[in-house]
Amino acid sequence: MFNFPAPTIDWVIIAPTMIVSITGLLALCLEMIWPKRDNTWIIGVSLVGLIMAAVSVVAQFSYPEATTFSDTVIRDRFALVMQLLLIVAAFCSLLFSESYLRDKRISYGEFYPIILWSLVGGMVMVTTRNMLLMFLGIEILSIALYVLAGLSRSESKSEESALKYFLLGSFASGFLLYGVALLYGATGSLDISAIASAWPRADLMHQTLLVFGFGMVFVGLGFKSAFVPFHQWTPDVYQGAPTNVSAFMAAGSKIGALAALWRFLEGAEGMKAIWMPALTVVAILTMTAGNLAALVQKDAKRVLGYSSISHAGYILVGILAHFAAPDKVGFGSLAYYLLSYTLMTVGAFAVVSLGANKGKEGTKFEELRGLWRRSPFAVACLIVFVASLIGIPLTSGFAGKFMIFGDALKANLTVLAIALAINSILSVAYYLQMIKAMFVDDVEGDEVIEKRPVSLGMTTVCALCAGGIVAAFIFTPVVIEFLVGKS
Amino acid sequence: MQAYLGILALVGLAAVICAVMVTLSWVLGPKKVTPYKSSTYECGVAPVGDSRERFPIKFYLVAILFILFDIEVVFLWSWMTVFKHSSMEFMRTSFISFLIYMSTFILGYLYVIRVNAFDWDETTSLEPAKLGEAVQES
Repeated sequence: MFNFPAPTIDWVIIAPTMIVSITGLLALCLEMIWPKRDNTWIIGVSLVGLIMAAVSVVAQFSYPEATTFSDTVIRDRFALVMQLLLIVAAFCSLLFSESYLRDKRISYGEFYPIILWSLVGGMVMVTTRNMLLMFLGIEILSIALYVLAGLSRSESKSEESALKYFLLGSFASGFLLYGVALLYGATGSLDISAIASAWPRADLMHQTLLVFGFGMVFVGLGFKSAFVPFHQWTPDVYQGAPTNVSAFMAAGSKIGALAALWRFLEGAEGMKAIWMPALTVVAILTMTAGNLAALVQKDAKRVLGYSSISHAGYILVGILAHFAAPDKVGFGSLAYYLLSYTLMTVGAFAVVSLGANKGKEGTKFEELRGLWRRSPFAVACLIVFVASLIGIPLTSGFAGKFMIFGDALKANLTVLAIALAINSILSVAYYLQMIKAMFVDDVEGDEVIEKRPVSLGMTTVCALCAGGIVAAFIFTPVVIEFLVGKS
Repeated sequence: MQAYLGILALVGLAAVICAVMVTLSWVLGPKKVTPYKSSTYECGVAPVGDSRERFPIKFYLVAILFILFDIEVVFLWSWMTVFKHSSMEFMRTSFISFLIYMSTFILGYLYVIRVNAFDWDETTSLEPAKLGEAVQES
């Protein structure tokens, strides 16, 4: 006789995840029923599903913290906000997908369900403190992305990107799982909060296990969030993967991994003395290496890849500031920065995707020449995105960076604050190169720029992201209060 | 820790024996290289053509699908063992969960059939209609 208790299920908590998964299934069914139609209906269903999921997340903002499925799925403000950010990332990436996929001649209907399920993985990751469920979430997120990275099968770059991401990603997953196993061995529980209670009571052997386990987990999550020295894959994969997939990878998978890292650090706060110096070095290296390597790139997507590495470094500074002084610094700046990062990165990738034509990618600087004449509005928006990526006032990128800088000072992490400031100045050079390619450098000789109409989705995503960036700067306190709640 | 010392010793001994055997045969063994000997061994038949050849991966699709359903059976097995000795409430919840789980599998299977993944002669390429306006132009 077995006595397994049937878990109580709170459907409200898992509603956003359920809505997105069912939307994915619906989109697949649509593709199955009409394989010979264009993707308009599939996109419509996907976007409506995402909006419904976002509403179901925001509606829960006023609900109390709760857990369900035997304490594996949790609802707290952090989880809700991260879910919302993930949905925003997926929504913006989907908006400009169709026109880009058509330009690349890869507008398969399966793209939409797969990216929705990838989003499900991310949402599972951020709503749990259970290490195994977190691993499951990472795998759902990643496996979908491995497939999407290789979507453009006729291009060897895309295949290379998929294979590289798959091999390195599964290697990193192995590290993560090994770490989870060690942590489970030391604590006897899969719950991250068990680490916090186990640490003070642990003898030397168990402490070693905990530290090693945590280190392994950090390698796994550091790979996904592209921290130096686990960042090597980022530029290659972003460059090879279809641009809309890179956009979701840069925003979505980073939000998921950083949120998971936040939860792990929460559990491992007791051993702060051990990981704080290590992570400080990682943060400085990540910011610096990302920016220095970006300086010599000749391809817009690679530049964005390296820029996402350095932004991961900035975000890590924000995270470390919270854990250095938990009572002074909340997760407000992190959430705000991630929101602004999502808008500007997805927006920048969207504009860069305009370089694609007749089934070919065109993201090298010389291929982007004179882009502003072809689509003035999109490239004008790119200026907003780049200004935000640099951190120029009047954009949310500035406000976010400024807050993280302030947080680092509040938490007495002066070295990190200085490194962040220097790196922001460094980054100006390569972002300007990108702008220069599109505005100043004109096409040579008798090459005629054919003016192609920009799709509605592309215009919408540019307007949404650029408007969002400026609005988030003007209403910074409102946005933060919306995300974190009144404190 | 004491209990594991034996295993450690065994691993060490195995490593040493392997190393010694490989090194000795490498040092002592005669080395005569003939063209016939260094050619590719292919079941005793003289090799034909290049080894870096592309070949269809249809069987791979079948194998992947087999593995998916295979794993499903593994899950079903353990669930079934628990199921018959459990409380009514657990039975109800887990039965519904499994129905949902299996229906996603069946949906995936229908999809595989629909996109002709098993058709030996079909190649899957992009439907022209998917490109929208591009069709009317040409």
